[in-house]
Amino acid sequence: MRMKIQTVLVSVDSSSALRGARQFKKHIEENVKKYQLSDMVEVLETGSLGVYKDGVIVAVYPEEVFYEINSTDDAEQLVTEHFLKGRIVKDLMIDKSVIKHEKKETGKLDREERIVLKNVGVIDPGAIEEYIARDGYMALAKVLKEMKPENVIDVVKKSNIRGRGGAGFPTGMKWEFTAKADNPEKYVICNADEGEPGTFKDRLIMEGDPHSVVEAMTIAAYAVGANKGYIYIRGEYYGSIDNIRKAIKDAYEIGLLGEDIMGSGFSFDLSVRLGAGAYICGEETALIESIEGRPGRPRLKPPYPPVEGLYGKPTVVNNVETFSNIPWIINNGPEAFKALGTEGSSGTKVFTLVGNIINRGLVEVPMGTSIFDLIYKYGGGIPNGKKLKIVQTGGTAGTFMNTKKLEIGLDYDSAKEGASLGSGVILCMDEDSCAVDCAKTVMEFFAHESCGKCTPCREGTRVSVKLLDKISKGQGREEEVEQLLMIADVMEQTSFCGLGQSAAIPLRTIVQSFRDEFSDHVQKKPCNACTFVEPKKKKRSKR
Amino acid sequence: MVSDKELEAVEQIVNGVITDESLAEGDVLINCLHEIQNHFHNFVPLEAAEKVAEILKVPESSVYEVLTFYTMFSVEKRGKYVIRVCNSLPCHVTGGKEIIETLKKELGCDFSQTSKDGLFTLEETGCLGLCGVSPVIMINEEFYGNLTHDKVLDIINNIREEERG
Repeated sequence: MRMKIQTVLVSVDSSSALRGARQFKKHIEENVKKYQLSDMVEVLETGSLGVYKDGVIVAVYPEEVFYEINSTDDAEQLVTEHFLKGRIVKDLMIDKSVIKHEKKETGKLDREERIVLKNVGVIDPGAIEEYIARDGYMALAKVLKEMKPENVIDVVKKSNIRGRGGAGFPTGMKWEFTAKADNPEKYVICNADEGEPGTFKDRLIMEGDPHSVVEAMTIAAYAVGANKGYIYIRGEYYGSIDNIRKAIKDAYEIGLLGEDIMGSGFSFDLSVRLGAGAYICGEETALIESIEGRPGRPRLKPPYPPVEGLYGKPTVVNNVETFSNIPWIINNGPEAFKALGTEGSSGTKVFTLVGNIINRGLVEVPMGTSIFDLIYKYGGGIPNGKKLKIVQTGGTAGTFMNTKKLEIGLDYDSAKEGASLGSGVILCMDEDSCAVDCAKTVMEFFAHESCGKCTPCREGTRVSVKLLDKISKGQGREEEVEQLLMIADVMEQTSFCGLGQSAAIPLRTIVQSFRDEFSDHVQKKPCNACTFVEPKKKKRSKR
Repeated sequence: MVSDKELEAVEQIVNGVITDESLAEGDVLINCLHEIQNHFHNFVPLEAAEKVAEILKVPESSVYEVLTFYTMFSVEKRGKYVIRVCNSLPCHVTGGKEIIETLKKELGCDFSQTSKDGLFTLEETGCLGLCGVSPVIMINEEFYGNLTHDKVLDIINNIREEERG
């Protein structure tokens, strides 16, 4: 077979599919055929490139040109101009620095390397051979053939990697505790119940590079001595569920899962479990309850899962992003991983840039990158010439801030300075947003998702929604603003699990950062955002 | 009432999930309920839930507890199209508030209610992980993003037209 000369990668994921990605891909293929270019041009599907434009992003290699396709006409033009006539279509081209940030940067950022997203947007996630061609399953082979379980744990510990789900617990220690637990039966669980508002990194990893998760979980299982594993994916992530299931099936077929993997004598079974719309199941013990077939209500800790987890057996629970770092660490060594990021926080972090920001999407940059760089260098700033007013980092359970401290570099220690890393969300809100309205939206979320098990969380979230609603309608009092801070303290100190404890963080930080605006509402100063839901007015025909 | 034939189908679904996916006892309940809900179009009838309890040897009350705890499940009949609207902050600040108002007004119902024609059930949901194209909604298994007031009306009217003809 002759090698094809040019390759077109069409980015197809849950978001781009709804902008017509599959249709455009078909159209490109048809045109390639029509102009008899089939011998030269190969059209392939890949995961998300991590940038969201209005259209569908298409990459052409080896030229490495990126196009934005908005219509079937664009697709045809791409074929007739670029492939037939060999001319780059300037009108459709997008600046590739938006996608490949590393070339623009200087100093430390020059060292940027995609670890977690190295295959996303590059390979066909449905083809195991493409993953293997890019060193896939090499780490697993190395582990099974050359390393003892304790050596694997040693490497992971030395790399200093910490959990990417938000809590930041050292992964190596978690594995070590589980390995040391004396029990013939152990489990490995991948927490893919991604539900933190603003986060979609795990979805893109699972849709774009599902085998990295399967490989890493098998490595973890070998290291801790487990033979069974679960990937718990949230029920709404249809694309992720399909791709992970396909990856598992393909891995079984060529003997990378199941009995006696690569002739090592080590066996590992892996299966997908679905969530069903409960944010609380992202909490590891609630997730375990859910796999066991019960409502996701958290368990009392300790004992922690490495000692007593699924069915009372020692269990490792790690986030998708944490797992997908593991093969890279095994292949490149812990020192290379530690060379990236900051002292207490090694490696890279995938950040999702959302809200009122020009380049919505995600970037993978070293730990410690500043909020300012994330918003302006990678995110392109605020659209429509508006001014940035509020930033929330880390997810809905993260910290709110005004624009005074954007120079803070985000890592596991930055929460002390007032900006939490959490799951890596950077949510921007422009000058039209209202702090009271944002606070209300966030607390409504927590009130809805509180599982109801403990009083501080169940009532704390509910009462704060009530107060915020009053304040937003201009019916609040100053002491009620103070009351919000008190509720935050009580929730933080007395809630049963992380949900209630961390719900206090956004509440406290937004009141503190925008205290004046809360007072303005108390004094009934007009507010654009809050008039929308004015009470007790007769139905207006049209706004 | 669920017919005997339907109950047989439930049994087949559950046994299929057990063979395909079970690694330990009791770990397939939620996966089974998803498939059964798909089978009955957006809800799980109580008779079907009883059947699941019988096959998996768990108390009926436990199955009911799971069905009512998780928001994706319903024991009440829902519209043919379940519309899930994201109400989280990333959607909210990019116009989500207006989308919710539009949907409520157009469908003539509030959250957790079904439109008069029985076609749509409106539900609120936390983040759907599509913040790159916010505001978003989900109709059954389809996602719709970068929404505006007019786009939402188009989507709803398209479905209505499809149903009519």
